Amino acid sequence: MTDKITLTIDEQTVAVAPGTTILKAAGQIGIEIPTICFHDYCTSYGVCRICVVEVEGSRTLVPACIGKASEGMKVHTRTKRVETSRRTILEMLASSVDLSEAPGIQEYMTDYQANTQRFPEARERKPSVLDDNSLFIRDYAKCILCWRCVQVCADDAQYAYAINFSKRGYETQIGTFFEKSLPATTCVFCGQCIGVCPTNALKPKREYLLQNGLSEDEIMKLTRSQRKRRTRRQISSAEQSEEE
Amino acid sequence: MENVDLTLLHPLLEKFSPEGRTALLPALHEVQDLYGYVPEQAAVEISKSLQVPLADIHGVLEFYSLLYNAPVAKTVVHVCTDPVCAMAGADSLFKVMNRKLELHELEGEDAPAITLEKAPCLGLCEHAPALMVRDKPVAPASPSTWEDIVTGKTYHANPIIAGDISVLTAGCQRGKPSKLADYLKVDGYSALQKALQISPEAVIAEVKASGLVGRGGAAFPTGLKWEGAAGAAGSPKYLVCNADEAEPGTFKDRIMMETMPHRVLEGIIIAAYAIGAPKGYMYIRGEYTIPYRTMSQAIEEARQAGYLGENILGSSFTFDLELRRGAGAYICGEETALFESIEGKRGFPRAKPPFPTTSGLFGKPTVINNVETLCNVPIILNGGAANYRKIGTEKSPGPKLFCMSGDVKRPGLYEVPFGVTFRHLLEDLAGGVRSGKQMRAALFGGAAGAFAAEEDLDVRLTFEDLRSAGLPLGSGVITVFDETRNMLDICLRLARFFAEESCGKCYPCQIGTQRQYEILQRVVRGDPLRDDFQRLQDLGQTMTDASLCGLGQTASLAISSAMRLWPELFQPKLWY
Repeated sequence: MTDKITLTIDEQTVAVAPGTTILKAAGQIGIEIPTICFHDYCTSYGVCRICVVEVEGSRTLVPACIGKASEGMKVHTRTKRVETSRRTILEMLASSVDLSEAPGIQEYMTDYQANTQRFPEARERKPSVLDDNSLFIRDYAKCILCWRCVQVCADDAQYAYAINFSKRGYETQIGTFFEKSLPATTCVFCGQCIGVCPTNALKPKREYLLQNGLSEDEIMKLTRSQRKRRTRRQISSAEQSEEE
Repeated sequence: MENVDLTLLHPLLEKFSPEGRTALLPALHEVQDLYGYVPEQAAVEISKSLQVPLADIHGVLEFYSLLYNAPVAKTVVHVCTDPVCAMAGADSLFKVMNRKLELHELEGEDAPAITLEKAPCLGLCEHAPALMVRDKPVAPASPSTWEDIVTGKTYHANPIIAGDISVLTAGCQRGKPSKLADYLKVDGYSALQKALQISPEAVIAEVKASGLVGRGGAAFPTGLKWEGAAGAAGSPKYLVCNADEAEPGTFKDRIMMETMPHRVLEGIIIAAYAIGAPKGYMYIRGEYTIPYRTMSQAIEEARQAGYLGENILGSSFTFDLELRRGAGAYICGEETALFESIEGKRGFPRAKPPFPTTSGLFGKPTVINNVETLCNVPIILNGGAANYRKIGTEKSPGPKLFCMSGDVKRPGLYEVPFGVTFRHLLEDLAGGVRSGKQMRAALFGGAAGAFAAEEDLDVRLTFEDLRSAGLPLGSGVITVFDETRNMLDICLRLARFFAEESCGKCYPCQIGTQRQYEILQRVVRGDPLRDDFQRLQDLGQTMTDASLCGLGQTASLAISSAMRLWPELFQPKLWY
């Protein structure tokens, strides 16, 4: 058995296996560190930076989801510096996208006393809803670019590679090859992206239609007829004509 | 869908196909050279040939600003509007060009199609204002340049290369790339011969003893980096030369590649020998088409002469170098983003650790060094570390290149020993502030740097002195602003630069650079909100503390330094 690593987190000592992240080490002693982009079944890229902690001797803050525990490390998870960064990140998010269906992030807002109006006159990202298939809609005005949908569509789960990124920086959006509709891509409609979306930007069509005031019967009719209209064969012949 | 003749494409793809994804950027470049843009059907063919998912090709096309996925005019004119060119009148030049373009278009269909775009710093700051026309530099430009654009003529002035010493720049002639024969006259490749006669460990020991640290901005000890990669597990190892010079105000690497390509090359080959790398890459920014050409020619000459390839100079050492063109992304100057780009991906920086010396390009141990850093290597081996240390100070040994631009009489490249004062560089070498005016400020380290004021004139240019003065040395770039300059406008341009160049990976930088830009727009308009000062401070602290890479960590430094120097500019008087 490999030797354990001993570190202190908020003055508490904890011993963990080598390779353990600070996030997991903190979890072992009941210290909760907030996360947004992190998902247990996805590769961590340290994108959202909400999990940053102060590590003694480190110039910058360290993301707990990818930062590995090391012998003698001293971690502080809720210093003033940490709180400023977390609060500002939450306030920046609130100024950018619609978080109304992201209860987890809203809880953090309260916890960190983030002011949702901190950045007035900010340009929001609000592209219109993409409704191009019968399984789900893509409402990227709610997208926080956590990357999880792109990851599960690719090497983290499905190997379908239907989606990637369009543009860069603040303008970044999740996009398909030359912005084609999903049925015209390699999407297999597995639904895994919907499952990992933390803000309801990806939403089952039924839920979306219900929210828009349609009755169960209307939805049944609508999605059924859609299903009828677009059989697999029709889709592939449509693709062919598009290619021609 | 548009109809595209794909027959032209197939010989090209056959060449790239065995390489797979790493050939994506080279393939996209060649496709664009062929069609003027990357047509959808061509992207589909690339996908099949290189085995890259369609969506990923889309992601790459969208990331790089010099790649187009829709038709553009045959002549694309990029007008630099970053601080140095802006001070030289880039905005009004852009307006004049726009008006001429409107008139030009009235001439009807026979007039050659021209597109005008604003661009980030083109690295031609000593000849501001600068343009890039059909991938070629035109600098300095003036309203009359328009006629040359229409007729397809391009030129750029020869740079000033001067200073107190001529070590790195020894043999450099203005505007003339040195050939192999010229380089041999100044002891060229003798350092490589010496290196090959001693062990790689001995080469590393010599570089360590010289005290050389990286000249790209991070100042990491070069010998230590080499030792790390040499001792790391994993093979093959790679040597990468970072020539993605894009920090606004910087042009030193461009001049070294244009005038002394073999010195760069010799440094690369010695570094590869020291770490045991059989293969190397040199990543040159997409806008640098002339350095790309001079380096290609130098590599060809070196290969012919036996300095590159198998059994170099009769030794058992084998090494070859591949040139890569960037495609318009400042972030690719960040070492891990540069690796991603070579691997055929969007230029997203990776989280560190792991560091490149253990897991770099293709996940292998890699040394990545800046052009200027590598130029020091032949000098160290030729004269020995002890002689090298006679230049500069004890803690900052060696020669240093400084890029002087902005309101100075003689903007150019100056080579000095570490330890001269800023005043000496400004007044004695660059001729002082232009038109007899006073200096208001100087930006040290480019957009990612900080402003110095008059009281810093006597600071000695060394790592240790600048650190205690709270100024960055960065890559050795100093932009001077005279007393009449609107410093808020300069800050606004820096903020715009970062907002446009943020890759968008981590939230602090993705959103923070945008919000910083928006707030500065308010400040420049003269109607900041009451808490904008505090907002900027919190944004700055969050970006510096929590961003994933150096871009976000430095995106607010210049603005923070301006807020410290001139707080009154950022908030109306009645508020304090």
